[in-house]
Amino acid sequence: MISQRRIERRPQSRSLLDTAILWRATLDSFVKLDPRVQMRNPVMFVVEVGAAAVTGFFFRDIFTPGHGSAGFDFAIAAWLWFTVVFANFAEAMAEGRGKAQAEFMRRTKTETTARRVVDGKEEVVSAAALRRGDVVRVNAGELVPGDGDVIEGAASVDESAITGESAPVIRAAGGDRSAVTGGTRVLSDSILIRITSNPGETFLDRMIALVEGAQRQKTPNEIALAILLAGLTIIFVIAVATLAPFSIYAGAHQSVTVLIALLVCLIPTTIGGLLSAIGIAGMDRVMQRNVLAASGRAVEAAGDVDTLLLDKTGTITLGNRQASEFVAAPGVTVEELSLAAYLSSLPDETPEGQSIVTLAQTSISGEVAIPAGSTFVPFSAYTRMSGLDLAGGGAIRKGAPDAVRAWVRERGGEDSGELSKDVERIARSGGTPLLLARDGRVLAAIHLKDILKPNTKERFDRLRAMGIRTVMITGDNPLTANAIAREAGVDDFLAEATPETKMALIKREQVSGRLVAMTGDGTNDAPALAQADVGVAMNSGTQAAKEAANMIDLDSDPTKLIEIVEIGKQLLMTRGALTTFSIANDVAKYFAILPAMFVIAYPAMDVLNVMRLNPHSAILSAVIFNALIIVALIPLALKGVAYRPRGADAVLRDNVLVYGVGGIILPFIGIKMIDMLLAAFHLT
Amino acid sequence: MPALSWINLLAVLGVLLLLTKPLGGYIERVFGGQRTLLSPLLEPVERVVYRLCRVSSAEMSWSGYALGALAVGAASVSALYVILRVQQWLPLNPQHFTNLAPDVAFNTAISFATTTNWQVYSGENALSYLSQMAGIVPQMFVASAVGLALGIAFIRALARSESGTLGNFWVDLIRGMLYLMLPLSVIGTLLYASQGVPQNFHAYADVLNAEGFKQAITGGPMASETIIELLGGNGGGFVGANAASPNENPTALCNFLELLTMLLIPAALTNTFGRMVKDVRQGWLLFAAMAVLLVGGAVVGQIAESHGNPAIAALGVHGPNWEGKEARFGPDSAGLSVAVATATGNGAANATYDSLMPLADLVALANMQTSEVIFGGVGSGLYGMLIYAILTVFIAGLMVGRTPEYLGKKIARREVQFAMLAVLAFALAVLVPAAIASVSRDGRAVLGNGGPHGFSEIVYAFTSTAANNGSAMAGLGSNLFYNLMTAGAMFVGRFAVAIATMALAGSLAAQSKSVRLSRGTFRTDTVMFGALLLGVVVIVGALTFLPADLLGPIVEQAINARH
Repeated sequence: MISQRRIERRPQSRSLLDTAILWRATLDSFVKLDPRVQMRNPVMFVVEVGAAAVTGFFFRDIFTPGHGSAGFDFAIAAWLWFTVVFANFAEAMAEGRGKAQAEFMRRTKTETTARRVVDGKEEVVSAAALRRGDVVRVNAGELVPGDGDVIEGAASVDESAITGESAPVIRAAGGDRSAVTGGTRVLSDSILIRITSNPGETFLDRMIALVEGAQRQKTPNEIALAILLAGLTIIFVIAVATLAPFSIYAGAHQSVTVLIALLVCLIPTTIGGLLSAIGIAGMDRVMQRNVLAASGRAVEAAGDVDTLLLDKTGTITLGNRQASEFVAAPGVTVEELSLAAYLSSLPDETPEGQSIVTLAQTSISGEVAIPAGSTFVPFSAYTRMSGLDLAGGGAIRKGAPDAVRAWVRERGGEDSGELSKDVERIARSGGTPLLLARDGRVLAAIHLKDILKPNTKERFDRLRAMGIRTVMITGDNPLTANAIAREAGVDDFLAEATPETKMALIKREQVSGRLVAMTGDGTNDAPALAQADVGVAMNSGTQAAKEAANMIDLDSDPTKLIEIVEIGKQLLMTRGALTTFSIANDVAKYFAILPAMFVIAYPAMDVLNVMRLNPHSAILSAVIFNALIIVALIPLALKGVAYRPRGADAVLRDNVLVYGVGGIILPFIGIKMIDMLLAAFHLT
Repeated sequence: MPALSWINLLAVLGVLLLLTKPLGGYIERVFGGQRTLLSPLLEPVERVVYRLCRVSSAEMSWSGYALGALAVGAASVSALYVILRVQQWLPLNPQHFTNLAPDVAFNTAISFATTTNWQVYSGENALSYLSQMAGIVPQMFVASAVGLALGIAFIRALARSESGTLGNFWVDLIRGMLYLMLPLSVIGTLLYASQGVPQNFHAYADVLNAEGFKQAITGGPMASETIIELLGGNGGGFVGANAASPNENPTALCNFLELLTMLLIPAALTNTFGRMVKDVRQGWLLFAAMAVLLVGGAVVGQIAESHGNPAIAALGVHGPNWEGKEARFGPDSAGLSVAVATATGNGAANATYDSLMPLADLVALANMQTSEVIFGGVGSGLYGMLIYAILTVFIAGLMVGRTPEYLGKKIARREVQFAMLAVLAFALAVLVPAAIASVSRDGRAVLGNGGPHGFSEIVYAFTSTAANNGSAMAGLGSNLFYNLMTAGAMFVGRFAVAIATMALAGSLAAQSKSVRLSRGTFRTDTVMFGALLLGVVVIVGALTFLPADLLGPIVEQAINARH
C-alpha cells in the first residue's frame, strides 16, 4: 500500500521567542553542562572547571568553617554556573529552529513504499530497499520514494514538503526539468524514475542532518577564531596564575575564588560562549531563505565572494522579451501593420508572440478574427520566422530581419533595405529587432525588449558598494549584451556564452585570486558550478547541477545569490564584532577587580577604582556583568549584526565605534549599575 | 615638558625620518642580491667568505631559517662561554682580569647571542680587551644579523606567492653583516671617536682627579664596540655605566647620535618591508604606529622625570628627579633616552633606571612588554610588529564581513596558531620566572629594595631579558638563581618566539598571494588600521602584564601621588 499521508506545508520562519524552542533550549542548556560537551569549547570549559572548583570551596566553607566566606563563594559559584548555562542556552536556541524543522521533515520521511520495475514487472518494496540505479514507477497521488531522474513521462509534482512552495511543478523526462526529490508527491500522470541515491544519502537525509547540525563541522574561520580564543585564554591563565605569587609578595594573599573570578572575567567568554551559536544561526538564516547549504564553509565563502556571475535571463531580466514598439516602414499605416502583427501573433503562444498581440491591440478597433482556413506557421530554427498563411492566399511573416528580407525577395517583393537603420538602432539598444512583412512588402520593425527585473540597478549598486563585481552571462551577441549590461548596471558581461567560455571566465577570475559565485541549473552548468567557489543550483535544475553545487536554492530564484553573500558577510561581521567587544570589555573588568583585590594591602590603589565600586561587591559585580552580557547578546548572535551594504572602510568605522569603543565603555556603566543594585538590596 | 626636550625628541625623529627611506632602499638592494655602491669593494670578500664557509646559495624553507638561527645561537653561546672562562690565560688582558664564574659566563654568553646584553658584570672590571673584541663584539654583529635575516625572511614570506622557501639564511646573515652592519659601524666608529670616545689598547690611565683621589680612566676599543652595541639593538656597554659614562657618551651631539643609531635600522626596515611587498604605504604605516608609541612613551617619561619625586618635594627640595642621572644630560634627556633604549632592543642606559620615577619605569616596562615592537630589535622588532598586524587583521578584519587577509595572505588556522604561540612564549618567559622569583628565597635575596619597588625590579629583570632588551633596574643584584632564570628568559624570548615566527612565515609564504583590492577589502594602510594596530599592541600587552605592572610601578606611583 502506497502511503497516502497528507503533506503539510513545511514550517516557515519561527520567531526567536517560540515557546517550544525556548523550553527545549532551556532544558538543553543544562544537558550541555556535561564536561564532554564543554571540552569542545576551551573557553567555556575553563569557566566550568572554575565553577566546579568554587562550588567545592563553598562546601568546604560550610563543613569546615574558617577558610573563606561561604556567602561569597556561593555567589561566585552560582554566577559562574550561570555563565556556562547562558552560553549553552545561546547554542541551544540557535539549534532549536533547525531541530524543529528536522523533526517535521523526519515525519515526511515516513515508511514509504515503492513500485520497483524489474524486467518490465512492478513489485512493491520498501523505499529503504531502493538502491542507486533502480527504476520505479510513481502514479498520481503517490509519494516519490527517493531522489531520481524522470526517465519516462511527465507529471505535475507537489514539492512543498521540500521547498515550502505549494504550487505544483512539472517534471518531465529529458532536459533540465527531470529531477525529482524523495518525499515529494506526484499529483497527476504517471512517471518512471531512475533512483540516483542510496538510502541515507538522499536529499531529505542531507537536509535533516544539516538543519539538525548533526554533521555541523566548524568552518575554517571558526576554527581559526577558536584558536585565537584558546590562545588568549592560556595567556590569561598565565597572567592570573602568576598573580597568586605576586600577591603573596605584596602581602595581599588572594583566595582561589577571587583568582578564578578574575580569570573568568578576563578570558573571552562573551565570544567564546556565543561563537558556535553565531555559526549555527548563520546556517539557519540561509535555511530560512530556503537555501540548502552543503556546509558552513560555503556560507563563509559567500562572504568572501569577489565576483558574481549572473545569468541574464531570470536574474537580470524577466524570462521573456516583450514587444515595446512598432516602427512603420514608409507608407505603411499603423492600422495596417498592427493588424498584420495581430493576426500573425494570435496563434503564437510564446510570451514574445503574446506581447506583440497585446501591443497591437492598442491600435486596433473592434473585434478581429483570423480568417477561417488560415494556417499558422510556427517558428523554427531553420526559417527563423513564424507567421500565418491566410486562407485567401496571402501570407504574413515576422522574424529575424535577414530571414524576413529573404522571404520578401522570394515572394517577388522589393527589398530596398528600408528600416535597416531602425533595425540596427534596436539591436544597439539591447533589444531584439524583428521584421514584419505581408506578401511582398516589409511593413514594420518590431522592437522586442528585454525587461529588466525591478530594482536591478539598485541591487548591483549595493553589490558594488560591498566591493563585489558583477558579470552578466548571456547567449546574446556582444552588441545586445553590452546594451543590457549598461542598462542593468553590471560591471562586465560575457556574451555568446557557452559552458566552455563560462568555465574559462571562472578560472581566469580565480587565477587572479578572486572568489567566484554563480548560479546554474542545467547539466552543462555542472562543471562550472563545481569550479566556482560558491555554486548555487536551482532546485528545479538537474540532479547533476545539484550535486556539483555547494548550495541548492529550493525556490529556484537566481537572485538569491545576493542574499546569500550578504548572510555570509553578516556572519563574519558578527564574529568579528563580538570578538572585539569581548576583548575590549576586559579593560573595565581590570579596573573593577584589581583595585578591589589589592586596596587593603595598598590603600593608595583606591585611585584606580574609577567606578567607585564597593570593594566587597566589585568582584561579584564584574562576574555578574560577565554572565549577563552573554544573555544580552544572544539576540545579536542569532540575528547577526546590523548590516547595510557599504564599503569596507565605512563598515569598519561603524563597527569599531560600536563594538570596540562601545565595548570599552559599556562595562564601566554596566558593572557600576550592577554594583549599585547589589548595594541597594544589601547583597554585598 | 621643557622645550629643549621637545626639540631633542623631534630632532631625533626628524633625522630618523630622513634616513629611513634611503637606508630602507639600500637594505632592500642588499637582500635582493642587487649591486650596491659597495659591491666593487665587498663582492670579492663575500665570495671568499662563501667559499671558506662552503655556503651554497640554495633557497631554504622556514625550518632552514629556524635551524640556522638555532645553530648560530648554539655556536655563539659556546664560543663566548669558552672565551670568558679562559680569558686570564689569553692575551690583551692588561688589567689581568680573572676568568668569569660558570654561571656568569653562561648568562653572558646567552645574553650576547640573543642581542639581549643583560650584563651581570661590569665590563671595565671583568672583561679583558680580547674578551670584549673577540668575544663580545662578534656576537653583537652576528646576533643582530641573525635577527635581521629572520626579519627579511618574514618579509619575503609576505611578498612571495606559493613559495616553499624564504631565501638563504647564510647568505642573508653574511650580506647583512658585510653590507650593512660593517659599513655603518665604520662610519659610526669614526663619528663617535670624533666626539672623544676612546679607541685604543692602552691599559687604564690612573689619574688624580679634581677631588684629589686616584681614578682609573677606562680605555680600550670602546668606539667600535659602542657603535655595534647600539646599531644592532644589543645595548651592552663597554663599561657598566654604559651610555651614562663620559667616555662612552662624551658630548650632547654624541648622545643625539647614539639615540639615532639605536633607531636607525629598525626604522629603515619598515621601509624595506614596504618596498619588498611592493606597497610602501604599508611600511610607513608601521613606521607611524611605532613612532606614535615611541613619542607617547617619551613624553610620559619626560613629564614624570621633570616633575620629580613628591617625597623629596615634601622635604622642601623641588625640581625634577635628579637622582641617578648623569649631570651632563639631566632628567629630561633621561626620559627620552629611557624611552628610546627600551622601545628599541637596546637598553643602553644613560641614567640609572632604579632611580627613575615609577611612571618612567612603567614606560620602560610597557615598551618592552609590547615584546619590543616599537622599532624594537633589529629584524625582530619588525617581525614582532607584523605579528601584531596579523592579529589586528584577524580580530578587526572580520568586522568588514570577509575572512581576514593581510597583504593578500589569508589569516587562517595556522597563521593564528603560530602568531598566538609567539605571543604566548613571550608572556610565559616574563611571567613564570617572575612569579617564581617573587616568592622564592633566592629570588628575594638580592633585591635592592623592598615593597613595590623591589617587585618592579623583579618584573623588570624578566621583562627586559625575555624581550631581549637587556636594560636593568640596577637595584637587583645577581646570584645563581637570576643568572640561570634570566638566561632561560632570554633563550625563550629569542628562540621560541623566532621559531614560532618562522613557522608563521613558512605558512604565509606557501599561500598564493591574491591581489584583490576592492571597496570590500579590509585596507591595512589607513589611519583606521593604524589606530586598531595601536589598540591591539597596547591592549594585548596591557591585558597580559597589567596585573604585574600594577603591583610594581603603578601602585608605587599611586603611593607617591598621595604625598
